[in-house]
Amino acid sequence: MRIGIDVGGTNTDAVLMDGQQIIASTKTPTTPNVSDGIIAALKNLVADSGVDVATLDGVMIGTTHFTNAVVERRRLQTTACIRLGLPATVCLPPMVDWPDDLREVVGGHYYMAHGGHEFDGREISAFEPAEIRQFAEDIGRRGINAIAISSVFSPVNVSFEERAAAIVREVLPDAHITLSSTIGRIGLLERENAAIMNACLRELAIKTVGGFKAALAELKITAPFYISQNDGTLMNADFATDHPVLTFASGPTNSMRGAAFLSGLKDAIVIDVGGTTTDVGVLQHGFPRVAALAVSIGGVRTNFRMPDTLSIGLGGGSLVVLDPLKVGPQSVGYEITSKALVFGGDVLTTTDIAVAGGKADVGDAAKVAHIDKALISAVEDRIEEMVNIAVDRMKTSAALVPVVVVGGGSILIQRQVSGASEIIKPGHFAVANAIGAAIAQIGGETDRIFSLAEMTREKALELAKQEASDRAVAAGADARSIEIVEVEEVPLAYLPGNATRIMVKAVGDLAAGR
Amino acid sequence: MRMERLFTLNDTQAAALGAGILGTGGGGNTYVGQTWLEKELRDRGGGCRIIDADSVPDDALVCCVGTMGAPTVSNEKLLRGDEFVVGVRALEDHLKARIGALLISEIGGSNALKPLIAGLQLNLPVVDGDPMGRAFPELQMDTFAIGGVSLSPFALVDSHGNVVIMDHVDSPQRAESYARALTIEMGGSAALMMPVVTGRVMKQHLIRGTLSLAEKMGHAILAARAGGHDPAETVAALGSGRVLFRGKITDIERRTVQGFARGRMRLAGFGAAAGQMEIVFQNENLIAWQDGRIICTVPDLICVLSLDDGEPIGTESLRYGLRVAVIGMPAARELKTPAALAFVGPAAFGYPDVTFAPMPGDLL
Repeated sequence: MRIGIDVGGTNTDAVLMDGQQIIASTKTPTTPNVSDGIIAALKNLVADSGVDVATLDGVMIGTTHFTNAVVERRRLQTTACIRLGLPATVCLPPMVDWPDDLREVVGGHYYMAHGGHEFDGREISAFEPAEIRQFAEDIGRRGINAIAISSVFSPVNVSFEERAAAIVREVLPDAHITLSSTIGRIGLLERENAAIMNACLRELAIKTVGGFKAALAELKITAPFYISQNDGTLMNADFATDHPVLTFASGPTNSMRGAAFLSGLKDAIVIDVGGTTTDVGVLQHGFPRVAALAVSIGGVRTNFRMPDTLSIGLGGGSLVVLDPLKVGPQSVGYEITSKALVFGGDVLTTTDIAVAGGKADVGDAAKVAHIDKALISAVEDRIEEMVNIAVDRMKTSAALVPVVVVGGGSILIQRQVSGASEIIKPGHFAVANAIGAAIAQIGGETDRIFSLAEMTREKALELAKQEASDRAVAAGADARSIEIVEVEEVPLAYLPGNATRIMVKAVGDLAAGR
Repeated sequence: MRMERLFTLNDTQAAALGAGILGTGGGGNTYVGQTWLEKELRDRGGGCRIIDADSVPDDALVCCVGTMGAPTVSNEKLLRGDEFVVGVRALEDHLKARIGALLISEIGGSNALKPLIAGLQLNLPVVDGDPMGRAFPELQMDTFAIGGVSLSPFALVDSHGNVVIMDHVDSPQRAESYARALTIEMGGSAALMMPVVTGRVMKQHLIRGTLSLAEKMGHAILAARAGGHDPAETVAALGSGRVLFRGKITDIERRTVQGFARGRMRLAGFGAAAGQMEIVFQNENLIAWQDGRIICTVPDLICVLSLDDGEPIGTESLRYGLRVAVIGMPAARELKTPAALAFVGPAAFGYPDVTFAPMPGDLL
């Protein structure tokens, strides 16, 4: 049996699953120190299900805690960045493209060292141990404990980052070191940005993951626990403590993966209706389709692959304004339980319309009995139109596809969706995120440039797949269950030897045993 | 007309966006160039002087400044930062004459903003214009080469400060192939100063006003974002063109042919009866078919931008499922003479059977 927990900004949700079956689920408020909320959720689950915690195989936690820390500029640690690439790369030093307030919060310390590689593996300049040692000593004198190391083309050759880390560790044995090659892909500023953000979150990660651990210990849960990451796969507790930045997009990913599980579909459109917005995404082979363009987090450009979702201003708390009729994007949000008409408030919301139309049963229906039938149907028409446009934009073929509706506001989706082969509103739709965490697998990724003049394309793909699979196994996947879920080849213009960038993602089930 | 204006921090984002549009899918990402230019402007204060071509005396020397190489490499192995200064000074020493102004080698994509960085570093003005009016994959596809202007001497500089000056090259094609071989040896990305011409020659060949055009397009996108509307119509109108299609990418095919990223994208319109589009590219977008019929071909501009925010989308970032607007704009008239079409028409990109059917009007 597994427990999935989603620690969101507002609620902490938890589900208990036995294989493919959902045994119990619960929703509790998120608490400032996160572990109290988790403890409350776990206690509810155990009480509801009567499960013997000794029989649990694992606990999977999804959290937006680290994203929120960066967005809010809180609980971040002073960090130094060492970049290896001299004499190249001086034109844009580390953190040059950060918002000033965030750079100030983490201190903006950086050091430029010799080293780095060319695209084909040649050295830009020789590695200079004495230089790194001197930088490490300076970092120590400043009392900085979090260090990010980035080397040019480290996704091609990681050796300089590793050698630099070894020297820093000799000088500063207790330092928390993040290597850019373990975090990101080709694109120096974006990868380095992610590494620095990761480094400045390390102390918070130790505390937060420690809090998760303590919460589980308090409930005498000894099963291993995992944190879910951007791509819907899991990291073990130690790896998560070292790589908090990899949780940045786990929220929308878990919601879509949960929808895939609840509906039993691997290819579908997912409509997640919340209080303020509706997010429409696409499931491909059971994973969210990812966005192509660079994503900023807290104002910092990264090259993480985030789920490609289209967000529209429609939710259960959306305001309905008359003359002319307008639905959203303004919303009463979490205040719906005091402001909507059915809850005794004075604001007309989409939820009031759903209740008045007899489509939902929340609050006091008598308070909306006066609403005119023509208005109800006009609002329903408008919602139908908004949803249809969003779904059509996300679809990539004219063929009919199934549509899965999840989220607390899914009562709003009452009509047929054009282009949908069927509309599925699975049970447990309100805890899809926690379910997405509970069912997550272990993944591994590779991103390298291969010269197809030196080997066949098949050989290069095979090498890349092997590397991604090996990384998944190293992260805790069962080798027998490994599947390649994503292959992307981008031929590189202007380079000799048919240079091609190959990115591969492999996933596998969690290996059994502790 | 003579004019001079100051390009400041307020102009960088718009110029980068517009350069991305004029990149027609290629030319490389403008992010690094924009970030670098902003840093130089912040560090130095003030702005970069932008002048009209007519402000340059006939006997003054001017030279194009940019980087050559694979965008994927230049986004990873960033420059040292003084390569343009080193290259311009080396050419001046070689020619025993001073360079009086800098030129943009390619307004489309990452090279659009590099001369402004060099202009700040060297305290030289930058001429508003370029010899392509878009992006092209090869050096000889510009109005200088088309007009028979020698591309030598030229300088290539790497991040170690190594300078190669080619004093004499007999053809634009050989200038291209030698420069490319050296660039690869220099790590796949290098600074290129090419060509050096007199003010008189520059005025004969330059496509004027393209930097201002890029800025206008960028400002239109930013205004559309602020107002929450779709910028495609306004951008197309600025370039005398029109929106060809709105839809989503349903298929991407790529392969490498002799170092170039060739490929084909297929798009489907929104709604049931909205039609299909197919676009082939070689770094840049080349030919667009709508429902099986050719509606736009190189050298006219085919630009793909994100429907959500007007962000120009390079062919390297194309992905299944992206929602885009496709804009067609007529090329600058300098690219549509019979002589020019031999360099930049469909046949020059391996489509001998496709006849260039120009869109009405000129880019500017």
